[in-house]
Amino acid sequence: MEWEVVIGLETHTQLRTKSKQFSGASITYGAQPNTQADEVSVALPGVLPVLNKQAVECAIKFGLAINADIPARSVFSRKNYFYPDLPKGYQISQFELPVVGKGAVTIQVPAVGKNAAYEKVINITRAHLEEDAGKSVHGAVEGMSGIDLNRAGTPLLEIVTEPDMRSAAEAVAYAKKLHELVQWIDICDGNMQEGSFRCDVNVSVRPKGQEKFGTRREIKNLNSFKFMTQAIEYETRWQIETLEDGGTIQQATVLFNPDTGETKAMRSKEEANDYRYFPDPDLLPLEVTAADKARVQATMQKSQNEEYLRYVNDLNMFPDDARAITSSRQIYNYFESVLAELRKIAVPTATQTQDNANAKSVANWVINTLGSYLNKTNLDISESPVRPEQLAKMLSKIFDNTISNNAAKQVFEAMWMGEGEADAIIEAKGLKQESDSGAIEAILDEVLKANPAMVEEFKAGKEKAFNALVGQAMKASKGKANPAQVNDLLKKKLAF
Amino acid sequence: MINGSLKNLSQMLAKKEISSVEMTQTFLDRINKYNPTINAYVALDANKTLAQAKAADVRIANGTAEPLTGIPFAQKDIFCAKGWQTTCGSKMLANFVAPYDAHVITQFDNAGAVNLGKTNMDEFAMGSSNETSYFGGVKNPWDFDRVPGGSSGGSAAAVAARLCAAATGTDTGGSIRQPASLCGFTGLKPTYGLVSRYGMIAFASSLDQAGPMAKSAEDCALMMNVMTGFDERDSTSLNRPKEDYTRGLGNMQGTQPLKGLRIGLPKEYFADGLDANVAKVVQEAIAEYRKLGAVTVDISLPNSQLSIPVYYVLAPAEASSNLSRYDGVRYGHRAAEYDDLMDMYMKSRAEGFGAEVKRRILIGTYVLSAGYYDAYYLKAQQIRRLIADDFTQAFKQCDVIMGPTAPSTAFKAGEKADDPVAMYLQDVYTIATNLAGLPGMSIPAGFSNGLPVGLQLMGNYFDEARMLDVAHAYQQVTDWHTLIPNLDKPNLVLPEGKV
Repeated sequence: MEWEVVIGLETHTQLRTKSKQFSGASITYGAQPNTQADEVSVALPGVLPVLNKQAVECAIKFGLAINADIPARSVFSRKNYFYPDLPKGYQISQFELPVVGKGAVTIQVPAVGKNAAYEKVINITRAHLEEDAGKSVHGAVEGMSGIDLNRAGTPLLEIVTEPDMRSAAEAVAYAKKLHELVQWIDICDGNMQEGSFRCDVNVSVRPKGQEKFGTRREIKNLNSFKFMTQAIEYETRWQIETLEDGGTIQQATVLFNPDTGETKAMRSKEEANDYRYFPDPDLLPLEVTAADKARVQATMQKSQNEEYLRYVNDLNMFPDDARAITSSRQIYNYFESVLAELRKIAVPTATQTQDNANAKSVANWVINTLGSYLNKTNLDISESPVRPEQLAKMLSKIFDNTISNNAAKQVFEAMWMGEGEADAIIEAKGLKQESDSGAIEAILDEVLKANPAMVEEFKAGKEKAFNALVGQAMKASKGKANPAQVNDLLKKKLAF
Repeated sequence: MINGSLKNLSQMLAKKEISSVEMTQTFLDRINKYNPTINAYVALDANKTLAQAKAADVRIANGTAEPLTGIPFAQKDIFCAKGWQTTCGSKMLANFVAPYDAHVITQFDNAGAVNLGKTNMDEFAMGSSNETSYFGGVKNPWDFDRVPGGSSGGSAAAVAARLCAAATGTDTGGSIRQPASLCGFTGLKPTYGLVSRYGMIAFASSLDQAGPMAKSAEDCALMMNVMTGFDERDSTSLNRPKEDYTRGLGNMQGTQPLKGLRIGLPKEYFADGLDANVAKVVQEAIAEYRKLGAVTVDISLPNSQLSIPVYYVLAPAEASSNLSRYDGVRYGHRAAEYDDLMDMYMKSRAEGFGAEVKRRILIGTYVLSAGYYDAYYLKAQQIRRLIADDFTQAFKQCDVIMGPTAPSTAFKAGEKADDPVAMYLQDVYTIATNLAGLPGMSIPAGFSNGLPVGLQLMGNYFDEARMLDVAHAYQQVTDWHTLIPNLDKPNLVLPEGKV
């Protein structure tokens, strides 16, 4: 029998706010335990929650970014359960009426094997605001468990999809797209190691062609795309094998063990909860007006897709480069900074066409050259030792013919190693290219005189001989002659 | 001095007839003498109290005194007060010292008032007799065999016994008004949202409201000026311009100061279940109001008989969630021995909570459970709306509603302790205003068999100033609110000629 896997995701994105969802306590990661736990975080008797407006703005931004329905009124509810890291004995969340309603995200699923790449629309069911729990710390003190409430109350936006995905590849493509998007609109730092972006994945299988969904199991708390792929693939195989062996799937919450690569159901006791949701009487319903939406919209920059289309259509960039640059706000900001710096030091004669051609070249430098250095050293673009203004200065030296592309690679390497600015490096390494036409002509005259045979071959129609002559000239200039000029001048000389 | 109005006390301080330290010491001496019997206070700290009095004397000397500066108040032990034991009447919090101040405490501190101590109360404000307190019952100053009412029983006894100039209370279903009725003084539950709930230990968040418990409407008005006001730390706090609640009191002079006032008399409040003597006192008070120029209108609050069942779904539902934080993990009572986490939770909560609190947690957990939510919680919310709508209709016909505060006078300790439903019926006339979020008030209107009887006033939203005027007008022509029990001969002394 042929099986089909059905996948839906619930993603917890930690919002980039100054303070907690319902109090003024800081949410900086990595602080000493409980130093960011104020009286609200500790749930002292008598404390009350006050909604963080910045978190609401983040939610509205997300709603706008996915063209979602943003209802005029949403409601905070209490999800009641006991756990040591849940200080109030309930989590404030949104249940029946979430802040963001139905929307959609378009994903690009990459080619796998013989399957070509394709686009797919993933429907978003809802996104709602809630607060994170604290952490239990085991083993810090012998025989005791500690509670760290620094994270308690951290604002989260939980984004829930429809069961629209049909493979691990689609699920990961969606997760990656969402990861890009929340960073692009600057509502989440995207740091998966620190838990800023975590996914719960609902997986079920059904015989291909069957309309009814199978029973799903929920894989909790995946914080890497690699684990997500492994977990979904393992879970899918397990469900299919179970059914083919005549078994049935019980609805369950499962955990993925990265060491074994397996998923395993949690003890049923841990999940047998009736959360007794009810509207939190300490908080008024959240009202979002058209004016609120317009105000947030005004603060939002162009969407990834708008910028992608501008790069491809107006700047004539390669789609892959344009996609890579718009994949993250940081790369985009870096790239745009280089362009802006370049404009500041632009050659007066530069035309729009020239500018566009430059952009294409800048993209190539940022994505390919800088990208490979970053990859090798495992650095984030924000940590790049070569700053946008430095790169811009160096690129301007290519564009004004001071150095060749090849020489620029040496300059970049030196800048990366912290050897200083482009000008000084060019000077120190003697990388300036020869652009004095008199000097190049002199070299060419020498080359023509020394290679009469090649000249004859060219005149006899052998195009190859032209390139050979260029090569000789470059060699004679020790690689410093401007190749374009060499080409132009040689053509003129041979025309006689 | 102990019978002086807040205004009198303030004038005495201003004229330097007495210092705040001396005034405070007088009350502390009375507390030392009578509190061991009455048990109105659960926490006293003379050093802290007198330090505040000294600071108040400095303010009075340097001319920065406000109307309540230097006057000693009692604070219900439901308000967190920094450095003070704050127990909410529970073993669960018997060892809890609050590290921060409730908004109400801050307001009194800023006004220069002196905190005499924390008053006894029903555990987590759940009760109508103060008998559910972990720290023992409170004696009704009029008859030591009887209860003071609840849940603000300690504050009530302290006001009636003149163990403070005035006190704070909180009212979720009648916890200011019913004890005011049973102990014979003036208590006001404001419109929901007027007084910040920040730092006030939650029982049922959508119903809880703090208010003044004092000797007169005028005193309540002065306290309202201090207690009310927007607080951004409470999302349900209302952002309204500050009001002077004393502004109309001066107009309550002459023979018919209430001329044209329409008093609504809900027929449901004078039906079965009301003690005949209480009914008689209430009718006499209303007759007095007619003399003051008011007219009475018969009205109906048809859904008010559903108040108690609705309340005993909603309040426990909220309480079951509000009280989840008392889990023995971070503060409060933790069982000495336990096997694992679940055992720790169960033992700590079983030991830390009393029977009434457990009963309400059970009810609340049940009505919120999957499968029961719609039938109980949701249905109760719908009826709550109907109850509020009744009042909206009624206030088209009248300006203020009057009736009894409680169905009877103070009952004997132990009399209803084993009958929760009989106890719940104590609040039959007060709960509807909590459900509707409306202000309600109880003023002394006479006696029945030597025990005080309260008249309840219910007003429209934000109509506290008018209610205080109406109460004040009555207190200008009657002296019920000036009568005090004889603490040295309780049970015997019926005010002369007032039996």
